[in-house]
Amino acid sequence: MNSFTLTQATAADEAVRDLTSHDGAAYLGGGTNLVDLMKYNLERPTHLTSLGLLPLTDISSLPDGGLRLGALATNADTAWHPEVEKRYPLLSQTILAGATPQLRNVATNGGNLNQRTRCYYFYDLATPCNKREPGTGCSALTGPNRVCGVLGTSESCIATQPSDMCVALAALEAVVRVQGPDGERTIKFDDYHRLPGDHPEKDNTLKPGELVTAIDLPEEGYADHFTYLKLRDRSSYAFALVSVAVGLKMNGNTIEKARFALGGVAHKPWRDQEAEKMLEGQTASPDLFRQVAAKVFAEAKGYGEGSLHNSFKIELGKRAIVRALKQATEMSQVVNPNVFLNSNP
Amino acid sequence: MSLQFIQEPLDKATPHVVPAQAVTLNVNGEDHTIQIAPWTSLLDALREYMDLTGTKKGCDHGQCGACTVLVDGKRINSCLALATVYQGKKIQTIEGLGTEENLSPLQQAFVDHDAFQCGYCTPGQICSAQGLINEGRCKTEDEVREHMSGNLCRCGAYTNILSAVMEVLHDGDVVVDNGVLITVPVASTKASSVE
Repeated sequence: MNSFTLTQATAADEAVRDLTSHDGAAYLGGGTNLVDLMKYNLERPTHLTSLGLLPLTDISSLPDGGLRLGALATNADTAWHPEVEKRYPLLSQTILAGATPQLRNVATNGGNLNQRTRCYYFYDLATPCNKREPGTGCSALTGPNRVCGVLGTSESCIATQPSDMCVALAALEAVVRVQGPDGERTIKFDDYHRLPGDHPEKDNTLKPGELVTAIDLPEEGYADHFTYLKLRDRSSYAFALVSVAVGLKMNGNTIEKARFALGGVAHKPWRDQEAEKMLEGQTASPDLFRQVAAKVFAEAKGYGEGSLHNSFKIELGKRAIVRALKQATEMSQVVNPNVFLNSNP
Repeated sequence: MSLQFIQEPLDKATPHVVPAQAVTLNVNGEDHTIQIAPWTSLLDALREYMDLTGTKKGCDHGQCGACTVLVDGKRINSCLALATVYQGKKIQTIEGLGTEENLSPLQQAFVDHDAFQCGYCTPGQICSAQGLINEGRCKTEDEVREHMSGNLCRCGAYTNILSAVMEVLHDGDVVVDNGVLITVPVASTKASSVE
């Protein structure tokens, strides 16, 4: 780790001023990703603006019926917040499907959005990686790439955004509130993360100096019909190979409104609004779910066969969509290995 | 594609010297004022600056849980925590959970259930289990397994770790099968593990 100076800010505007007055500065939230990346010498900030004292830990109701999640509320406090458990159980379960209790006790909501990819080559300083060192090439295109993406990839980068929480936030159509040198603005969740294109070094659409202050959830939480299906190489503490977050509004067996997003398959939580529309107004059925799954992966591109390479994710992803939609319509989540994590004592 | 090796140039690291600062940490109910640099992890502060070596350094990347301590009653990985920002918080390490003469219930249960071989992961396992009990969210074996997944044991003592945690969680009762609570008096579990 390189040497750095550290300031503890006490307000968001003070934090923005402190960060922008130092070259090579970074915000320090919980630090569970940033400090780790600094130990690997992947991030080399010369100054840290610590956010630990900022009053952004509240989770509070919004006048429009939604819920505001403070950017510095921890993942654990968010998942176990009574309002989140009751109104947004999809979000609660999704957060609890990720990382470990120790990490969730420290990792913040804002930091969860901004965590970096876990692509092997991003972490391996000895190999080319356009995300880490733009212009050096992408080792994952031909090397083992089991964890990499199959949707929205580019020849520059096939890394995935690793968050579970963000998959639920995409399905819930959250809004990210940010504050920067030019004041405050909001970013729709779909627009927060970006596809790699020619600039995989940019994970999101934040401008220099901008700080996430809150995540706003709309009123609809799909508490009656939801699921988070996470498929991974071991049953706990592993990143998703494929995950699906689903929220449905049902009337009998008819789907009135459908929102879903996928994790583990792209540079951002993957939503397909056309596929969502295919579900709306329709009677829930396995045939319909298979058509929707086929639509989502119609343009998918795998990067090699076998267990080391990721083409398997296309069929796995289709099956995951079908199963997740079935679980959400029937609320048959007893088959979901994640469900017991959310049960109240 | 030709393989191109990249060595990160050292000049990217900033050469400027950051002076050590006086930092006061409250550990096990006692204030410790130490001189540390901003990049000193809480783990290193405990081990290298306060001689509290019960907390162990395993992977140093938040993957193994050997460094688990409690902060304001919540379990965290001290290796990923910068010590400077933990001023004003109540930090509890394995040294603060019990004494040699008076072990904490979890420490006693780990002994009774033979819940370790080499013992390196044990302080982290016990602090993590204490955090799990403080959280009050887990009842069944499956839940405890899931909520102890941040602590690895290379000796593979998981079975006995689980039974030790279950005993304390249920105050002497032990859940043997998934979700099926079988009441076992503490004394008899001790007897069976000692033979």
